[in-house]
Amino acid sequence: MTNVPVETLNETQQPVPGAPNNWRRFFSFSTDHKVIGIQYIVTSFFFFLVGGLFAMIMRGELITPEADLIDRTVYNALFTMHGTVMLFLWTFPVLVGLANYLVPLMIGARDMAFPRLNAAAFWMVPVVGILLMSSFLVPGGPSQSGWWAYPPNSIQNPTGNLINGQVLWLLAVALSGVSSIMGAVNFVTTIARMRAPGMTLFRMPAFVWAVLSAQLIQLYGLPALTAGAVMLLFDITVGTSFFNPETGGNPVLYQHFFWFYSHPAVYVIILPVFGIFSEVFPTFARKPLFGYRVVAVSSILITFVSSLVWVHHMFASYTPGWMRILFMVTSMCVAVPTGVKVFAWVATIWGGKLRLDTPMLFALGGLVMFVFSGITGIMLASVPVDIHVNNTYFVVGHFHYVIYGATVLGVYAAIYYWFPKMTGKMYYEGLGKLHFWLTFIGANLNFFPMHPLGLQGMPRRVASYDPEFAFWNVLASLGAFLLGMSTLPFILNMVSSWIQGKPAPANPWRAIGLEWLVASPPPVENFEELPIVTAPPYGYGSNEPLTENLSPSNAAN
Amino acid sequence: MESSLETQTVSVASHAVEHEHDEAGNSKFGFIVFLLSESVVFLSFFGGYIILKTTTADWLPPGVTGLDTQEPLINTIVLVSSSFVIYVAERFLHKENLWGFRAFWLVTMAMGTFFLVGQAREWAGLPFGFTSGVFGGLFYLLTGFHGLHVATGILLQTIMLGRSFLPGNYDKGSFGVEATSLFWHFVDVIWIILFVLIYLWQ
Ligand code: HEM
Ligand SMILES: [Cu+2]
Repeated sequence: MTNVPVETLNETQQPVPGAPNNWRRFFSFSTDHKVIGIQYIVTSFFFFLVGGLFAMIMRGELITPEADLIDRTVYNALFTMHGTVMLFLWTFPVLVGLANYLVPLMIGARDMAFPRLNAAAFWMVPVVGILLMSSFLVPGGPSQSGWWAYPPNSIQNPTGNLINGQVLWLLAVALSGVSSIMGAVNFVTTIARMRAPGMTLFRMPAFVWAVLSAQLIQLYGLPALTAGAVMLLFDITVGTSFFNPETGGNPVLYQHFFWFYSHPAVYVIILPVFGIFSEVFPTFARKPLFGYRVVAVSSILITFVSSLVWVHHMFASYTPGWMRILFMVTSMCVAVPTGVKVFAWVATIWGGKLRLDTPMLFALGGLVMFVFSGITGIMLASVPVDIHVNNTYFVVGHFHYVIYGATVLGVYAAIYYWFPKMTGKMYYEGLGKLHFWLTFIGANLNFFPMHPLGLQGMPRRVASYDPEFAFWNVLASLGAFLLGMSTLPFILNMVSSWIQGKPAPANPWRAIGLEWLVASPPPVENFEELPIVTAPPYGYGSNEPLTENLSPSNAAN
Repeated sequence: MESSLETQTVSVASHAVEHEHDEAGNSKFGFIVFLLSESVVFLSFFGGYIILKTTTADWLPPGVTGLDTQEPLINTIVLVSSSFVIYVAERFLHKENLWGFRAFWLVTMAMGTFFLVGQAREWAGLPFGFTSGVFGGLFYLLTGFHGLHVATGILLQTIMLGRSFLPGNYDKGSFGVEATSLFWHFVDVIWIILFVLIYLWQ
């Protein structure tokens, strides 16, 4: 097999024509990582709308103090399903979808290491969705115990049916765990063994580092959650006593299983978003990623440190004092590698020639909201504050700044950034900007009021509240409806530009990276000949044509 | 500088091209990653066992004083020795001695089956069940989950044995054989920990 040095390919010399834009293949069992990536992304956005619908109903309920729109049990079911759908059917799949599409292209591979395993992992996602949604049809309705499913609440089964909402919930979560572990094995193997010639570890884009780190967490964390889920399932269905306090079990043990995974899971979510920031900022500031190696290594560091902090979710669960202090300190340590990254992005943007296209706007907006959530996060990691605001809206505000502010905005940034690559079409910039401003204003209007509400003592997971909380709640609900509306220009933009957008060149942003060297959309096997990589990523200069900056340009000849 | 980079690029290139075709290598790497992940499931169960054992007041179900260790010990010895037997089988395959491979492979399967039958007999004679308190649940969960793995191992071994009679696709480096025997060693190591936790630490 022969190899072409990457420098000899550029936008004007497209190596092979792109893949046909035949939409039918997205509904078929395909083993092409690019098709699977888009299948993940589109499926997850469907569930994003479902989860968003649940949120709208909740915020509709909360616009007045009384529980007048829906009753208490429906509210409980809605927040449980909202949280579960958003995490397991939107956030994880959409990021896996992006990674699936991008990682092989970015490391110069023709596909993932195990293409059929990849497809199988994807097709489990709709099954998870069907399992979860069918819980609306069983007696008693969906689980009402929140996405944590803490016993003893989750063990209770007033309907007495063997198939109930909680059981379906557990099966769905376990299945999604299996799918994610399959995915993680695939990603780790692909990144470890399928890199193109010359793609050393420190020549991998930061996004690939981030995906690798996140997938390592899936590998060591998810099995713990799965173990806990299996034990809970037995407690509910056959009456074992692992977590049931009435028969001698230990409910706090469940919390350990759950948070041992679910704390690091926030990094499964946020690390790829960090990776997206690290791709978008250099391109739109025309500068190399500041401190690239540090950014890369800090991803791995976060993986390790974050596995040592899970007890900070349990400060209020009879955790002994010494343990609280220990986990308070480790929790604050995670802020260090994270802070390093924020510093690196700011330094990247600083003094650059910024171009505020839609991807850049979303990345900047996401970064701003992430910094805000970081501050409230440190507050929550300190035991005295946490004991005070635990289970209030302050927590809800904090994590929505992370998962909406940083993650949703970051994913939007990625979708706009790589849309030309994936579809071969340009999106409409005007609609994109409108989408950004609706989202940014809506998100802050929705989630900022939750902080004062929490500090004033409004508990979370309630369908009604004291009238003194009305003002901030009305604001939050208006923000939520604005967010709901913001998805309309997005969907319109995506669908219409895919169908009739302007054809996109191979490298519309004049960005650096192997994925930009192939046609848009890339041909089936990605590269006609495997590229040879001879330089680190992010070789931007201040006023460059990009090919001159991949130096030394003659190394491989 | 320039020239050293050049040679580096070239050598890395041939290396990676090799990888591109080395699907068995990928499978092996992936399988080991999977086993590492799988071991976390067991570690979680073990962690749960230790926490519950050290914090639960009524640990054993009423009327139960402890477990008999004699038969499980024999079982343990058989299972652990089967790890050596399967290793010998693999050596034979490497030396392209198919009948030697089949013979020792079959002995491994017999030893695994002996273990499973022994465990089933033990289960049948126990005075407590899955729902008899914390201990009962953990006992059956851990031994059952492990037994499931033994059964899976035997199933894989059966498939590999059958495949060895098919013409053509059986060479000495078969990934399937390698993976099956890795899995078998894994199941053995897990059992040793399990035996210590459940039977020796009563
Ligand atoms: C339009 C956007 C959104 C709105 C209006 C919204 C609103 C809400 C509300 C009102 C709750 C219930 C709070 C409580 O009672 O404790 C909630 C909980 C939650 N939300 Fe959202 N949310 C939105 C987007 C998201 C996204 C994108 C994610 C994740 C990716 C997410 C994850 C969660 C989780 C995990 C919970 C906790 C559920 C539980 O307690 O079991 N939300 N959200
Ligand atoms: Cu946490």
